[in-house]
Amino acid sequence: MARRTSRPVRLFADVVGILVLLGCLFPVYWMVSRSFLPRNKIRNPEPTWFPFGGTNDNYGRVFGGGTFGDALMTSLSVTLLTVLVALLFAFLAAVAVSRFRFRGRKSFILTLLLIQMIPAEGLFISQYKMLEGMSLLNSVLGLTLVYVAAVLPFTVWTLRGFVDGVPRELEEAAMMDGCSRLQAFFRVTLPLLAPGLVATGVFGFIQAWNEFTLALVVMTDPAKETLPVWLVGFSESRSRGVDWGAIMASSTLITIPVIVFFLIVQRRMVSGLTAGAVKG
Amino acid sequence: MARTGRRGTALPLGLVLPATGLLVLALGYPLVRQVFLSMQEFGLAQQFGQPPEWVGLKNYSEMVGDPYLWKVVLRTVLFCFVNAGLTFLLGLGLAVLMKRMTSWVRIATQCGLLLAWAMPVVAVMIVWQFAFDTEYGVVNWLLTRLGGDFQGHSWLIEPLSFYAVATLVVVWMSVPFVAFTLYAALTQVPDDVLEAAEIDGAGAWQRFRHVVLPSIRPVLLVVLLLQVIWDLRVFTQIYTLQRAGGVSRDTNLLGTYIYTLGIKGGDFGTAAAAAMFMLALTVVLTAPYVRMMLKQEEEQ
Repeated sequence: MARRTSRPVRLFADVVGILVLLGCLFPVYWMVSRSFLPRNKIRNPEPTWFPFGGTNDNYGRVFGGGTFGDALMTSLSVTLLTVLVALLFAFLAAVAVSRFRFRGRKSFILTLLLIQMIPAEGLFISQYKMLEGMSLLNSVLGLTLVYVAAVLPFTVWTLRGFVDGVPRELEEAAMMDGCSRLQAFFRVTLPLLAPGLVATGVFGFIQAWNEFTLALVVMTDPAKETLPVWLVGFSESRSRGVDWGAIMASSTLITIPVIVFFLIVQRRMVSGLTAGAVKG
Repeated sequence: MARTGRRGTALPLGLVLPATGLLVLALGYPLVRQVFLSMQEFGLAQQFGQPPEWVGLKNYSEMVGDPYLWKVVLRTVLFCFVNAGLTFLLGLGLAVLMKRMTSWVRIATQCGLLLAWAMPVVAVMIVWQFAFDTEYGVVNWLLTRLGGDFQGHSWLIEPLSFYAVATLVVVWMSVPFVAFTLYAALTQVPDDVLEAAEIDGAGAWQRFRHVVLPSIRPVLLVVLLLQVIWDLRVFTQIYTLQRAGGVSRDTNLLGTYIYTLGIKGGDFGTAAAAAMFMLALTVVLTAPYVRMMLKQEEEQ
């Protein structure tokens, strides 16, 4: 049974909750609403709180510049490639760690945990030199390489939890019915892992899509920038007065995929975060 | 249970191989290489193709003798502790309150938190920069309305208010993770133990102090240490605010310092030495966490 909460305490908690909600939503609201405001209203000392009858000019200027499309393509290719490679490699490793006891298993797990503590800023100089030597600077492949390394530990860890969650007895039953070990795995276990793969993939997507530091270091050619790097450059490229409308419009455009993916798996992410904490 | 035998060891090792190979290539090799880089000198000649010169520990000794490095290190550690501390306290407070909220308020709050957590850092930075903009920022407008003299106030010029803005953004983005994790831990505290304590006459604060806190201690420690690690390496927030505000020498933290030295300045040797310094700092700060993890793995 849940414990009772006294009314004043509940009221206080609710008020704080609503304030926190507003604090979380305000920047998003400000960003989206400004992106539809004409220039003279953004530059009005008295802020417009509820912009109705907006304009699409800001978005027009974003696409009109021509460089947004290039950055979008780079971001999409790097992100999708990162998710695919990370999921595949992590899936194999997760199966090994969850279903087998082998020599080096423990050190593999520990290494994964330790890697998560290495700050990107502590390695990006030598990663830059390495990619330079391999002629992979300003290439989707080079950035993907460092991105996959950055998300792999977490991805293996999460997928391992999902594989652990599928009872081995199911596979064994299928094997009794005449499936081979491999068949049993592909027909019984894999479909049950689909939600785990989706949730992990979305996590990888959001990480790679939002990442800034490594992209800034690796993609030095303006034609090869990812969207976040492009956005920072774009936000200072106007010499006379900052074009806040277009900047808000591009920020909104970059955020949309994240919000869409987030809505798809929002419930699973809450339970995933919760489960992770409890296993801690 | 575990399957052994020859096939049984070859197969799992094969499954782990791709992930291991990639990690060795993308992290292991650069780590080794960084040690060598940090003992080389890169100057103007190297930009024209000359191989770098071996200088042994010269980069390290020069760096340690440079008071600027110590300033940056001190700033980094201070910034890290202030941010991690604030995030932790606010997240813990919010987690405790989330247990007391009406359920629809809780769900709405959690959705808002997740949104703040998932938003691209760069987009977040830009919106906050706009909010703190000297001329058109809503923060200056609001403070002026409340009676302050904030018309045309620049927030990013003064190091202290620069860090205040950075702290606000960093905390705003990090509280969700802490609140979620601690809320999850709090829901695991058994109600009957709390009721027993209440019957024994323990007040709300005593119950929190002596029953709740000890039972979520492992999660508390992990969250706090993760937060310290993450706040030690803030880069994007500082970098973007520097680009918007202009003063970088007075506001550099370790990450932006290394970036300025190496990628922008071309002095890869000194930058690599500074990066080794940062790794060492991380190791020192995370040693307790690593010890805890080792123990946990042993127990399993």
